[in-house]
Amino acid sequence: MIDFELTEQEKASVEKAHEIAEKHFRPISRYYDEQEHQEPQELIDLMWSKRGEGGLMGLGIDGALRTEELCWGDAGLALAMPGPGLGGAAVFAAGTKEQWGKFLARFNEGKPKWGAMAMTEPGCGSDTAAITATAVRDGDDWILNGEKIFVTFGHRALDLSEGIVVVWASVDKSAGRAGMKSFVVEAGTPGCRVEKLEKKLGIRASDTATVVFENCRIPFGNILGKAEVKAKTEGFKGAMATFDATRPIVAAMALGVMRAALDMLRDVIDKEGIKIRYNAPRNRQTALEHDFMEMEANYKAARLLTIRAVWMMQNGLPNALESSMAKAKAGRAATLITQRAVELMGPLGYSREYLFEKFMRDAKINDIFEGTGQINTLIVARRVLGFTREQLK
Amino acid sequence: MISFSPSEEQQMVVNTVKQFATDVMRKQYRECDESGAIPAEIIDTAWELGLVVSCIPEEHGGAGWEHSAVTGALLAEELAWGDLAMALHILTPWLAILPIVEMGSEAQKKKYLPPLCGGGFAAATAALAEPRYNFDPGALETTARKNGGYVLTGSKCLVPLADGASFTLVYAREGKVNQCFIVDKGAGGLAVGGKEKNMGVRALATYGIELKDCKVPADNKLGGDKGCDFARLDNLSRVALAAMAVGVARGALEFSRDYARDRHTFGEPIGSRQAIAFMLADMAIEIDAARLMNWEAAWKLDRKEDATREAGLAKAYADSMVMMCTDYAVQVMGGHGYVRDNPVELWFRNGRGFTAFNGMAIV
Repeated sequence: MIDFELTEQEKASVEKAHEIAEKHFRPISRYYDEQEHQEPQELIDLMWSKRGEGGLMGLGIDGALRTEELCWGDAGLALAMPGPGLGGAAVFAAGTKEQWGKFLARFNEGKPKWGAMAMTEPGCGSDTAAITATAVRDGDDWILNGEKIFVTFGHRALDLSEGIVVVWASVDKSAGRAGMKSFVVEAGTPGCRVEKLEKKLGIRASDTATVVFENCRIPFGNILGKAEVKAKTEGFKGAMATFDATRPIVAAMALGVMRAALDMLRDVIDKEGIKIRYNAPRNRQTALEHDFMEMEANYKAARLLTIRAVWMMQNGLPNALESSMAKAKAGRAATLITQRAVELMGPLGYSREYLFEKFMRDAKINDIFEGTGQINTLIVARRVLGFTREQLK
Repeated sequence: MISFSPSEEQQMVVNTVKQFATDVMRKQYRECDESGAIPAEIIDTAWELGLVVSCIPEEHGGAGWEHSAVTGALLAEELAWGDLAMALHILTPWLAILPIVEMGSEAQKKKYLPPLCGGGFAAATAALAEPRYNFDPGALETTARKNGGYVLTGSKCLVPLADGASFTLVYAREGKVNQCFIVDKGAGGLAVGGKEKNMGVRALATYGIELKDCKVPADNKLGGDKGCDFARLDNLSRVALAAMAVGVARGALEFSRDYARDRHTFGEPIGSRQAIAFMLADMAIEIDAARLMNWEAAWKLDRKEDATREAGLAKAYADSMVMMCTDYAVQVMGGHGYVRDNPVELWFRNGRGFTAFNGMAIV
């Protein structure tokens, strides 16, 4: 039965996340944007203390909606909060029960910790099959070598906490995609260091690190999934399966940023005494009404595509197509909405006294990370046409 | 709890209509567009599916199914996928039936519903749009003046099947509010003009009508003295049209997608090029987005909540979406999209109509 009603539990969860976002994220939003790379320690401690209450981001409809709310508060800060993150998601998706215990239990105890995912390299982004980092078997160990860039949480996971980084590396370059495997590296492992923190256009409260692996020795059991290289591309499929789960969550982050801009713009319009007439036909709408309705409709479109992708995953339905649809749409909508909000606000939109310009900078990353809008559009196109990657490059 | 799965009954309705659309509508839509008429057999076959009168209460001759805008949207999408002109024709009786079922007085239901439940297709229709620049359904210029009964004055256009309709629901402004009046065929002061010539939906017979001091009994104001909820009817219409826009766009995507797979240039299918493939991907994304937004609006209407915001956004979004998709479909096919041997030019013409079709369908 087609239904858009949230459960009572989901409603309460969203409400709580919104309260946290409004009370604890939004007031310090500008400060940590301007003070890039400074730790929002109080907020980190607060959120860590609330981790059992379902306050953090997560997978599933509940998690996606909480993600939207927290990113409504501040997307950069939301991406600075401790938790298993993308690294944890990979362990959860591809690891054994023992590995869950070994690598994920830490996210429930002690001091704040972060989990990161290291995939992108200086020479490859979306083309993850071109990864050059290597993992070589040496007795009971693996030895990792390579350089990873744009690692979200890298610094916090490795330098500021006893976190983990999930690293993608090839165990057999001649096997191409089939040789791609993921490995868990724990903080404090010799041969692994953070070399650089990126300075970025937006989401400045979030750390984006370059991590270098030099003869980094990890136990054999830290590989996620099987060590054997098969003719089939199982390892790579593991990475892609992770994306099916995480792309809608990134789309949910975009939703938070676009709604932040929309809500703020609506407040301004309301104060000016302007009402948006949703029943006015196109030929009777003012330019502002037309723009605002287009923005709001794009937000709704992105939101429903996102919730559908998450709902499918929750119900065990294959959602690769729908995940990419949601991600492509949400990235594009966030970019459109936040840029239009700056435009409509005129000089006030451009001023750093207000948050509109920050929303615009923060929004842009959503059309880039976890697969750019273009790579996601390409995935959608292949599915629509029924073409392989060789047929549609 | 969030769900995007139609119920089993809804899926059955969808399957039935899809079958009909594939076997009947898709076989003849081009001839109908060229000749400007739909064969009676097609309309009769559709009528026999029983979907149109099913929502009439049993005591008034129908099947007494609970009316659902979500189900209506699902059904309208499939019909419009088959052919928009036929879909609008087949669902025209709903323009008269649904407002009476939902908002009519007992006397109105008793008088007007049973005759529609007889054997064959029964034409009854509604008139909302007006032939003037800057038309706005919220600010009608057709007026209703109380004078014992009511006196209706004004011009209407895009009234489907007005010529053969046994009665027409005419929307008019009474004071500052829009109300709806049941005008019987042949009422004094009611003049049905000639068949209109439109860019698209050429097989659908639409007419202009003139109301010159057209006298209507006081009992024929929809809902009696308390009148009707025009905003809700307007929203149900938006949902119907947005659903049809989704159906038309889906047809355009499927046809141009198949073409992009088959058509080879420089040794490979044109769908192997991102310039083409990305158009198809954007169509797929926007079609799904528009459908989901419209479902949400319909779902809200089924809960009897105000859905002006949702329906307004869904309709505006679907209007742009269907134009983009039908345009892309023509573009993907190039010259082959421009010739009338292929359907996409027809869908392109139909797609443009949605911004003008206010009030021409309701679910």
